[in-house]
Amino acid sequence: MIKKPDNETIVIFGATSAVGQMLARIHAESGDSMILVARNLDRINRVAADLRTRGAPLVECLHSDFDNTQKHSELLENIEERCTDIAKYYFFYGSLPEQKECEASWSSTHNALMTNFLSVVSLLTLIANKVEKETGRGIVVVSSVAGDRGRQSNYIYGTAKGALTIFLQGLRNRLYRSNCSVTTMKPGFIDTPMTRDFDKGLLWVKPEKVAQDIYKAASRRKDEVYTPGFWRLIMFIINNIPEIIFKRLSL
Amino acid sequence: MTTYRSWAYCPASRQNAIKPAWTDFDLHKETGSLLPFGNGRSYGDSCLNSDGIVIDGRLLNRFISFDVEQGILRCESGATFADILALTVPKGWFLPVTPGTKYVTLGGAIANDVHGKNHHQDGTLGRHIRCFELKRSSGKKLICSPEKNTEFFAATIGGLGLTGFISWAEVQLIKIPSSFIEVETTAFHGLEEFCALSEQANVKHRYSVAWLDCASSGKQFARGLFMSGNHIDCDKKSKSALHEPTISIPINFPKQAINRYSIRAFNALYFNKNRLSAGKPTKQHYDDFFYPLDSIGNWNRIYGSQGFYQYQFVVPPSKLVVMEKALNKIVASGLGSFLAVLKEFGDLKSPGMLSFPRPGICLALDFANRGNITLKLLQELDHLVMDAGGAVYPAKDVRMSSQAFQSYFPNYSEFEAYIDPKFSSDFWRRVSDKKT
Ligand SMILES: Cc1cc2nc3c(=O)[nH]c(=O)nc-3n(C[C@H](O)[C@H](O)[C@H](O)COP(=O)(O)OP(=O)(O)OC[C@H]3O[C@@H](n4cnc5c(N)ncnc54)[C@H](O)[C@@H]3O)c2cc1C
Ligand SMILES: NC(=O)c1ccc[n+]([C@@H]2O[C@H](COP(=O)([O-])OP(=O)(O)OC[C@H]3O[C@@H](n4cnc5c(N)ncnc54)[C@H](OP(=O)(O)O)[C@@H]3O)[C@@H](O)[C@H]2O)c1
Repeated sequence: MIKKPDNETIVIFGATSAVGQMLARIHAESGDSMILVARNLDRINRVAADLRTRGAPLVECLHSDFDNTQKHSELLENIEERCTDIAKYYFFYGSLPEQKECEASWSSTHNALMTNFLSVVSLLTLIANKVEKETGRGIVVVSSVAGDRGRQSNYIYGTAKGALTIFLQGLRNRLYRSNCSVTTMKPGFIDTPMTRDFDKGLLWVKPEKVAQDIYKAASRRKDEVYTPGFWRLIMFIINNIPEIIFKRLSL
Repeated sequence: MTTYRSWAYCPASRQNAIKPAWTDFDLHKETGSLLPFGNGRSYGDSCLNSDGIVIDGRLLNRFISFDVEQGILRCESGATFADILALTVPKGWFLPVTPGTKYVTLGGAIANDVHGKNHHQDGTLGRHIRCFELKRSSGKKLICSPEKNTEFFAATIGGLGLTGFISWAEVQLIKIPSSFIEVETTAFHGLEEFCALSEQANVKHRYSVAWLDCASSGKQFARGLFMSGNHIDCDKKSKSALHEPTISIPINFPKQAINRYSIRAFNALYFNKNRLSAGKPTKQHYDDFFYPLDSIGNWNRIYGSQGFYQYQFVVPPSKLVVMEKALNKIVASGLGSFLAVLKEFGDLKSPGMLSFPRPGICLALDFANRGNITLKLLQELDHLVMDAGGAVYPAKDVRMSSQAFQSYFPNYSEFEAYIDPKFSSDFWRRVSDKKT
């Protein structure tokens, strides 16, 4: 584990997600405080009890449906009231839409883009303006390998994550002079409630593993990281298949 | 469909599973029979439900509260003993009872009412459970304790997952001065010597267990090493509570790897290596003392893809001759084991209705799966155990007959009243003679 000079306070958006909980445990066990934000208060409280037991000195819970962008500035004020010195902002929430449903309905597509992309942009717009005036902050967002290339089986989700990845590149570039790191995590397949109905094969990993990689990448202030690492190779190959061939594949 | 296996690899079943992320999941909307699945560290089919659905509780592993003054821990049922120790050992608390692996869940450990090396002093795990929540398929949630819903408390401890889903439990831990155990090792020859050693040691040692050579006959018949220990204060800098497997066996071994010669060679080697340290007490980290096999991840794969059987039985103290007979049979068969563990159970009563441990001498050993010859030997052992009024441990079983089960657990019919109508298992369908 990487040693940090002091204990810090972090914020986790989507703290009830399987991967988010595992990441929060690592921070709790190393003595960090945290503000947890998620949409289900009962679940956040359960997660908070776990993290306090594991050693987090201070755990605060806030609930919010992130699709409701109108409430974002109020949410950030609530966070600021609880702590002004926030070292890292983590984004773990997301939803995996039914591709067929999105093809049939703009409203389903819109919801997927809202949860996975637009709402993150809304929150980060506010956060960026704050951390820009500070120094040494970290923003860590979970994107996906699905955002690297559009495939017929899930290109709406892929679109949202791909757009997110590009947005984060721009933001990283902008916040560089404020010494704020922007880390884009690109996980492959993780065995979590989101992927409950999938048949799990060799490429699947546990949320614990991804959380460890995220913790490491965040501590080292990395830019873009595939997790597990072998996805870098897989995506290198996939990204280099000429479109003229790619479009014929049933992926 | 996902592959679920028990530890002995014999039955590998592709089966339907649900994996709830929160303890308030709905049970009554599921159709088909249900069975909780802990971490698959049972050797047999008591954790499998191939006709139905298993409820994989491994995401339910949150801590709820830990009273560091009193040593009372409440957590969700999917927390493993490894998770618990990582939290509590640095604060000076240890599990009151632990099996030989820390990769069991609290829920699974309650459902088999597990025992450890301290059975003679502390009894089974069930004696240290303060309360738990039992979810029934009707949607009812029962808080069970020695004072409340006492029948369900008794039926669920050792209840093989059949009475409902334990969503969380509260356990009373024991205080420890360090993470080290002081261990004394003594060699013995014959069961009588073992009993004498055990009687002496059990007065002053919290933990005791023996390793028995099941491959040698003649002068070396029933030779073994007796190990006993206590938690001790220790200035050695406390090794981190987290201790992940260091070697892993990545693939199944070829069939030929396990035969009577390799087993004999292994036993001889182990015996001689450990005899060297016999006599003087040594300090061991709890991981080395309680969980030697955990340091070899997936050691069960050493038996190859055909899997193996484990057989664990207890006979009353007065039936030492039966134990000797059984041992003779095992040695003569040459199907003997890689690891045989001998332990004297004490007479502390468990609250569990179907609890396996009872006063007497208990032997556990593995048999490579050689098909019918192995099965026939185990059947013969069953008869010896039945006649002696003993019992075979369901957590290790994949083949006992209903007649055998009902003889080992005479109050099974009292237990039946508490089974959840929607719950069943492969094990239960076999031993209760109920096909659905
Ligand atoms: C190396 C090794 C050493 C062992 N040593 C010992 C020992 O010394 N003493 C001993 O007693 N046992 C020992 N065992 C056996 C083991 O402790 C038990 O089989 C234990 O119950 C396994 O726990 P599990 O969490 O893997 O549960 P599983 O094996 O998955 O399930 C066991 C039972 O628990 C039920 N269950 C699981 N979760 C729940 C829940 N939430 N609510 C209700 N029921 C539930 C299941 O339906 C099943 O009937 C050993 C096993 C191994 C592999
Ligand atoms: N699982 C994978 O294979 C995989 C692969 C690549 C990337 N990812 C990404 O990894 C991240 C974590 O996902 P996970 O796998 O851990 O899945 P998960 O456990 O299902 O977590 C998703 C979380 O998002 C929350 N959420 C969804 N919509 C929300 C909204 N509108 N407002 C507030 N919260 C909302 C959910 O809250 P509730 O608990 O209230 O439902 C849930 O906690 C996601 O960004 C996901 O896209 C996952």
